[in-house]
Amino acid sequence: MRRWFRDSAHLIRPALVLMAALVVFLAIRTAIVPKAFGQYGHYRPGALDLVRQHPIAFAGQDACLMCHDDEAKARAAGKHAHVACEACHGPLAQHADDPSAHVPKLPEVANLCRRCHEQDAAKPHNFPQVITAEHSGGAACNDCHKPHNPHL
Amino acid sequence: MDISRRDLFQIGGKILVLASVGATLEQITGAAPPGEAYRMADHWWGMLIDIEKCIGCGNCVRACSKENNVPQGYFRTWVERYEIEDEAKPPRVESPNGAIDGFPPSTRTDLKSFFVPKLCNHCADSPCVQVCPVGATFVSPDGVVLVDQTYCLGCRYCVQACPYGCRYLHPETNTVDKCTLCYHRITQGLTTACCENCPTGARQLVDFKNPQDPIHEILRTQMVQVLKPYMATRAKVYYENLDGAVR
Repeated sequence: MRRWFRDSAHLIRPALVLMAALVVFLAIRTAIVPKAFGQYGHYRPGALDLVRQHPIAFAGQDACLMCHDDEAKARAAGKHAHVACEACHGPLAQHADDPSAHVPKLPEVANLCRRCHEQDAAKPHNFPQVITAEHSGGAACNDCHKPHNPHL
Repeated sequence: MDISRRDLFQIGGKILVLASVGATLEQITGAAPPGEAYRMADHWWGMLIDIEKCIGCGNCVRACSKENNVPQGYFRTWVERYEIEDEAKPPRVESPNGAIDGFPPSTRTDLKSFFVPKLCNHCADSPCVQVCPVGATFVSPDGVVLVDQTYCLGCRYCVQACPYGCRYLHPETNTVDKCTLCYHRITQGLTTACCENCPTGARQLVDFKNPQDPIHEILRTQMVQVLKPYMATRAKVYYENLDGAVR
């Protein structure tokens, strides 16, 4: 065999090794990288489904109103009209799926009202706020106010 | 070796089960298009937060933590209380336990104070996505920055890259976790857990591709801004009535 240039023979073996390595690399890569990788971008599209599979904890307003229209009416008449049910009653998707199996507990009024209505200089000035200790003298909020329509 | 009829059925059954497991794995890693009714191309999600409506009750933080099983001490959203005494000095910022139980009342009326709810800004040009070495975090076609929990190595590059400090390493899975903008809810027609439970409507989920969305009117007529605009991340969480001291 004619030599291209002096001592070129020693390049052939490394070249073969490199080629083999490349083939192995490509084979492993095709085996490992999911087929659809890169369909929408540099990521696995299946991840979108994975995130979507997360269970829902808060059923949402519409689910509550399907059954509880009496409470909804009381609430719509008052200042809490735009406060979602689960904002006070907690996550109730399980209750919405199977009402008898998951009976929700009534929220603890003492902390519940205070979190929103305790006076704080950082709150918007038109938002109704009280210093609970002075305002109620230790009585529970719902002794006087009805939570769904808090007007006295 | 003798193979009885019974053995044959047993082995055959096992092979069938294994084959079906293989098929489901294929489906998980393959490109099953997400949802039939929901079309990703029709949405571009973001959020609008009105500082003048936020009362710092922490409902959003509690809701988020319950909806997404956020580990204790970690937050996908949190609320900060700013107190600015002197515009020339840095503001006092506090967020006790992410405001998951609200704030101890502040009585200082001699200074400017307000609440700032924070969450992932779901940037369209997100630095966290750019630094991921394995393609485990990405901007979805509908504009939500998500993490592929099966691909994440836990290298924390993205945690450092996020200019808003919105990512953390989940202590149990050791993969990065962050706000998903309740992707499992918004793709089913619900709003996010934080928006659902905000009693004053300070947080609103917005869809920039929906021409009926009030965001278009607000962007045109109101004073709105994003956090750290100089980072050029094209953040999609817009703030109304935000003070310039907020970072």
